[in-house]
Amino acid sequence: MPKNTPLLELKDIHKRFPGVYALQGVSFDLYSGEVHALLGENGAGKSTLVKILSGIYSKDQGEIVIDGKPVKITNANEALENGLSVIHQELVLVPHLSIAENLFLGREPMLRNGLVDFKSMNVQTQKFLAEFGLSLEPEAEIASLTIAQQQMVEVVKAISFNARIIAMDEPTSSLTDKEVNSLFSHIRDLAKRGIGIIYISHRMSELFEIADRVTVLRDGKYIGTRNVNETTADELITMTVGRPISKYYNRTYNTNNEVILEVKDLCSRKVKNVNFDLRKGEILGFSGLVGAGRSETMRAILGIDKITGGTVEFEGEKIQVKNTAQMIEKGFSMVPEDRKEEGIFLFQTLKFNLTLKTIKEFIHFIFVKNAKEDEIADKYMHSLSIKAPDTQTVMNSLSGGNQQKVVISSWLATQPKILILDEPTRGIDVGTKSEIYEIMNELAKKGVSIMMISSDLPEILNLSDRVVVMCEGTTTAILDHTEATQEKVLQCAVKI
Amino acid sequence: MTVNTLKNNVQKNGLLLSIKRNLGILVGLAILCTIIAINSPVFLTTKNIMNVLRQISANLFVACGMTIILIAGGIDLSVGSTIAVIGVAAASFLDMGMSVPLTVLACLGVGAFIGFINGFIISRTKITPFIVTLSMANVLRGLAYVYTGATTIRINDRGYINIGTGFLGPVPLPAIYIAVVLMIVYLILNKSRLGRHIYAIGGNEKAARFSGIDVKKVRLLIYIFSGLMAAVASITLSARSYSGNPTAGEGAEMDAIAAVVLGGISMAGGNGHISGTIIGALIIGVINNGLNLMGIHSFWQMILKGVIILVAVYADYMKNARSNKASEA
Repeated sequence: MPKNTPLLELKDIHKRFPGVYALQGVSFDLYSGEVHALLGENGAGKSTLVKILSGIYSKDQGEIVIDGKPVKITNANEALENGLSVIHQELVLVPHLSIAENLFLGREPMLRNGLVDFKSMNVQTQKFLAEFGLSLEPEAEIASLTIAQQQMVEVVKAISFNARIIAMDEPTSSLTDKEVNSLFSHIRDLAKRGIGIIYISHRMSELFEIADRVTVLRDGKYIGTRNVNETTADELITMTVGRPISKYYNRTYNTNNEVILEVKDLCSRKVKNVNFDLRKGEILGFSGLVGAGRSETMRAILGIDKITGGTVEFEGEKIQVKNTAQMIEKGFSMVPEDRKEEGIFLFQTLKFNLTLKTIKEFIHFIFVKNAKEDEIADKYMHSLSIKAPDTQTVMNSLSGGNQQKVVISSWLATQPKILILDEPTRGIDVGTKSEIYEIMNELAKKGVSIMMISSDLPEILNLSDRVVVMCEGTTTAILDHTEATQEKVLQCAVKI
Repeated sequence: MTVNTLKNNVQKNGLLLSIKRNLGILVGLAILCTIIAINSPVFLTTKNIMNVLRQISANLFVACGMTIILIAGGIDLSVGSTIAVIGVAAASFLDMGMSVPLTVLACLGVGAFIGFINGFIISRTKITPFIVTLSMANVLRGLAYVYTGATTIRINDRGYINIGTGFLGPVPLPAIYIAVVLMIVYLILNKSRLGRHIYAIGGNEKAARFSGIDVKKVRLLIYIFSGLMAAVASITLSARSYSGNPTAGEGAEMDAIAAVVLGGISMAGGNGHISGTIIGALIIGVINNGLNLMGIHSFWQMILKGVIILVAVYADYMKNARSNKASEA
């Protein structure tokens, strides 16, 4: 708990990039044993601040003070030497090496004869993993682990450097509630050991659970610091967005329309006996632990994975799912879980991304109707308030939230009847999240049927008309929003 | 965050945009031509320019196919061997008494078939294109040697020979073929749905699949096209050299890749334009031709070519690295 001199002080940090004033005199302090959260929209400067701490960027102005002494951090090694360890939002593990090899990358224990001491490496790794309650083999290849497990390995790695200050950037974005609880108990352990933790997350509920203080940044400026037990979610949201968000989840519930999709005993290689129905104009939430089979169910419905059993009935007729193009033609669409890997074309323009799925409307043989393409791109760029100078902007200069909006837009352009959203607000700031919720509500009102997979329970519980719970590849319950609670959902998500 | 506006988009003033986009290598080409022109009075004569055009045509055909394949994220190392096989096939067909038009058609068919085999294996299995086409290269080259007993088959048919050596007015026929092919490639890449699909697959294959694009079909088509292009190159080459030669096309794939990469197309796929390839092929052709005219030994030519390509690609990389860093915020 807080002592007299801060463990870490950032004083008046400035950082400029060509065209962006990323940090405008930001100050921040951290006491030993404290969990201090950093909150702000994408582009607020949180990641920049953390990158300066980890030596990836160097500050233009300002001081970094550790234990009362100013320090110089110009590269990753200097950061580590000063006891600073950062776990980034983008996982940086080497996929084809083992957990042990990743943990000890660059500091492998050596035998007398100059070869790597694999035995010692594995033994030490096993100790670290056990300490963290992870039942993983040190020799397991990273690529064979789930995203959630990989994130846990990243956390273990940071801790293995005996850091005194650990910064975590969105560490729970792919973790289930159980794994989050485990992470939090470890964070509390670390805090008890006197380690200072900087915790960056968009998830308000987490901040209230784990953090002692919270600092809000907005547009590169320091807005304020609060003790967590002296503030409210509403106050924090107002600080991050700069305006009051009156109603965060605002839904007009609607469960009484006709059934548009009926899935009976659906089986594929990854799921078995999946049963649910989707009604017109509803938001059907899909809840469950990571690995429960939600994304896999959608992949089967869309013809990406092969269906081995069961039936799919769309608009009252049984259909044979052959391939993705056919399902898109019928009116299905899916915003995938990992937009960078599966959703966007990073080095292409906004226009390319927005119009790829609708090229049938403006390219016939070798004739391209540029005007029509521009019309589609402009319409969907504005309807979702995508923040970019114009449609010729390249995707990699957009924030994560705006990139996600582009993916959603590109599907809306196909005027789908069914929109599948897989973790639609993962890694996205508060302001954009609320915009996306509004968009979903409007779409549902217009009659688009939405299936939403999310690991954010408050999101699922507040947004869905009904909630489908899955466990180990099969559906275990369908709950109406009036009866769905956190406990009920968790009960059905776990195998007894 | 900084704006990184992509200039690589075909707009109404296409020519102006092409020039702007390829400014780096265009300047390089201009400097090269100036140096050579100063050192050799023959360089800028009409006869020599036409010569250069004829000489780069073979590489350009193959480079066109390679451009499309590299944009889609693949690679085709079998084009050189395909050239050998088809040259030998042409000579044999003519020997057997086949008419010239039929021979040409048959050769195109063989090229498409070879491409089909490549494309089929690549699209249906997880084996990387590098390995598939490399193996195919060996098989094809071996077949050419086996069939001919390592000798060349002479071509005597005047009509066939004219395909590679003839003129339409002052313009060599191959230059006309190349103009047609370039137009086709431009239309495919910039004005067709297939073109978008190719860029999408090269940019992010998973996202392309999730968008409903038939990745298998597109892959098959582009390798068939590459085979066809190798066939066209082979026909013009064998016509010019009056023979079907099992050693023909050695290193053709490397020259094609050099032209494409010089033209600014990334080996990772997802971006690039045919205009770059044209300039790349011109640079290589001009280097070959110019160094010959200046009397420089061919071994030195090899070294110089390598250095020039390295410098050009590095310059392009520096330009992109600067603009990429700016967008990181």
